[in-house]
Amino acid sequence: MDKKTYNNLLVSSAPHIVTNMDTTRIMMMVLIGLAPSFLVSIYVFGARVISLTLVCAVASVFFEWAWNKLMHKKQTIGDLSAVLTGVLIAFNVPSGLPYWIAIVGCFVAVIVIKQLFGGIGKNVANPAITARIVLFISFATEMTTWPAPRMAADATSTATPLGVLAEGNAAELPTNMEMFLGYIGGSMGEVSAIALLIGGLFLIWKKIISPIIPACFIGTVFVFAAIYYGATGGDALHMAIFHVLAGGVMLGAFFMATDYVTTPLLPGGKVVFGIGCGLITMMIRLWGQYPEGVSFSILIMNCLTPLIDSFFQKRMYGGAKKNEK
Amino acid sequence: MSQKHLHSIHVSHYKHTAGCATEVMPIPDVVKISMSQHIGAPCKPLVQKGDYVKVGQLIGDTDAFVSAPIHSSVSGTVKGLEEQRSAMGGTDTLVVIETDKKQEVYEGITIPEANDLPEFIKAIRASGLVGLGGASFPTHIKFNPKNIDEVHTLIVNAAECEPFITSDHRLMLEDAEDLIAGCQLLMKFIGLDEGYIGIEENKPDAIEHLDKLIASKGITNLKTFKLQARYPKGAERVLLYEITGKTMNAGEIPAQHGVILSNVTTIAFVGQYFRTGMPLIQKRMTVDGDAVATPKNVMAPIGTQICDVIEFCGGYKEEPKKILMGGPMMGRAIFSDEMPIVKNNNAILAFSKAQSLVKEETGCINCGRCHQACPFGLIPTALAKAYEARDAQALSDLKVMQCMECGSCSYICPARRPLGFMNKLGKAVVKEAGIK
Repeated sequence: MDKKTYNNLLVSSAPHIVTNMDTTRIMMMVLIGLAPSFLVSIYVFGARVISLTLVCAVASVFFEWAWNKLMHKKQTIGDLSAVLTGVLIAFNVPSGLPYWIAIVGCFVAVIVIKQLFGGIGKNVANPAITARIVLFISFATEMTTWPAPRMAADATSTATPLGVLAEGNAAELPTNMEMFLGYIGGSMGEVSAIALLIGGLFLIWKKIISPIIPACFIGTVFVFAAIYYGATGGDALHMAIFHVLAGGVMLGAFFMATDYVTTPLLPGGKVVFGIGCGLITMMIRLWGQYPEGVSFSILIMNCLTPLIDSFFQKRMYGGAKKNEK
Repeated sequence: MSQKHLHSIHVSHYKHTAGCATEVMPIPDVVKISMSQHIGAPCKPLVQKGDYVKVGQLIGDTDAFVSAPIHSSVSGTVKGLEEQRSAMGGTDTLVVIETDKKQEVYEGITIPEANDLPEFIKAIRASGLVGLGGASFPTHIKFNPKNIDEVHTLIVNAAECEPFITSDHRLMLEDAEDLIAGCQLLMKFIGLDEGYIGIEENKPDAIEHLDKLIASKGITNLKTFKLQARYPKGAERVLLYEITGKTMNAGEIPAQHGVILSNVTTIAFVGQYFRTGMPLIQKRMTVDGDAVATPKNVMAPIGTQICDVIEFCGGYKEEPKKILMGGPMMGRAIFSDEMPIVKNNNAILAFSKAQSLVKEETGCINCGRCHQACPFGLIPTALAKAYEARDAQALSDLKVMQCMECGSCSYICPARRPLGFMNKLGKAVVKEAGIK
């Protein structure tokens, strides 16, 4: 018989097909989710938004590439997670921040927080959030010099709404609508609540993130503020909305507190995580040293994540609890 | 009945061959009939070199309880016995028959008669029937559970949730009479009150066809049951839950929950056997994949070599790199296309190099998709970590033994980690440690 047969076929374990949604595509989706806020920021703060974002993205990718090279590890820059970290760092600092300080932030995020802990998936803390905190403590002046939005015609720098509130100048606060749109001072990517909301809803729609953490985080901030101002004789509804729109709540809730690696896996854990972030944020804002507490709240909850995860072993199929034998 | 659903995933259906009516393949020059086509003890060959065998003649059997006899699918001369490394890693004995293409039917073939359950079960055993959905468990045991007085419901698994495969779909359109007759025989002899045929809703023509046929026969205790067209609705434990709401743990059998659950092809064969008396000697299968020139549904004699089946489908369009017996989610990759068709084959899929590459594994990003995909709510990423640490206790606590290896977690993992496979290995770790 002249029939051609094949006796050296590839043997591998099932399944033999996989979804096309891989890590790279997930990171790409998150970057797309950040795009609306990026565009608003360019409009509000000008061209330096673009150059700062590029510097951070390039620096983060370079640090990851160099680390893998030096440590003879498999190159991982293709998964876009370093790009995302860089962009998130840029979003979390004032748009006027000197480039070299931003690059220090990228070093902290990629090398210290991510690679020293074992690379993608192994880090305990959110790299971008931790980098922001390190920069905030190390370069307090630069990190709190907020370029004025283009709408403020006569100023070169301004204060954030939370800064104004902490100073006690309630009368000078921007309106909630100005904050919703993003015509305020603040970190580069956190000013426009509407843009972040659009990006966040896009990620929820695409099933990239679960709505649990953002809903619990924002909900807790809202309820906490409403109760506090209601109890102290303020305008509860107005101030509750103010606290949701101010500072990093929107950016944090949709893009930082939903980082898979550093947040709980199971739905129950996500509820605890979101509520914890909201509580810590509001406690720092109302009674803490700093006007803003989103970064600290996420970092603290990151550290509690393994503990939370171990508490929430879902009831599995079979109706038996995890430890029943 | 308010329907509850277990987690499932959307997998592209790739049901290219749904419209391809089954074509009967011409008898090949040679067939190689394996002596272990079922779970349990392999059969001993009853023929030797030089014997002339006819279609339907018994050529392999054993006294072991868990086994099913094997019949010749062709008429021709036995050329000898061959040893073959099986896809499972063991060794199989093959009876090699050179066909004379006359297809002379064995004289002993008679339409079986059964008046009670023991006779029915005896006939089923004689037919060589095994679970044709893939498990190939001898059917005469399954249809005769220890608690036969307590079983009351028949569930026919016609979900066909594996991508590519359409052979069950074609069966429901082409052999619906046999299917209904099979259901009625089962319900009569085992004493079942009601029956459900679970079909995924992506086969509306099959559902409609069966509904009409059932109505035209005036049968009231047999119904079709529409399932979501999602993977893995055709897994035994998932199907049982979807239709009855009952939770079945690993290691249990449906009969413990009052249910006889069997594959649609298996039951249709029962109907066919009691109509013709011809044992299980041929199989309908879907031949597809990007390396196959003309994908089709084929009726092939058992023992036909895969290369001959592919030849009937226009041969290879491209060089095959991976050939699967079964679907892409749970099918087994085989190393040679000279392997013969066995009873439980329902598909042969041949893929080119481009479709066969194993994706590179990257780090787990803790996204939780595997947990959301798992029908049983297991946490595959946590199981994988426990497996990597060879932590038998943690594996057991995380319920690795509940895993049915459906592969949903591996399919969905964005880091391309072989999570389902690690569960399989994890089970071995638990067994080795002797944890109950």
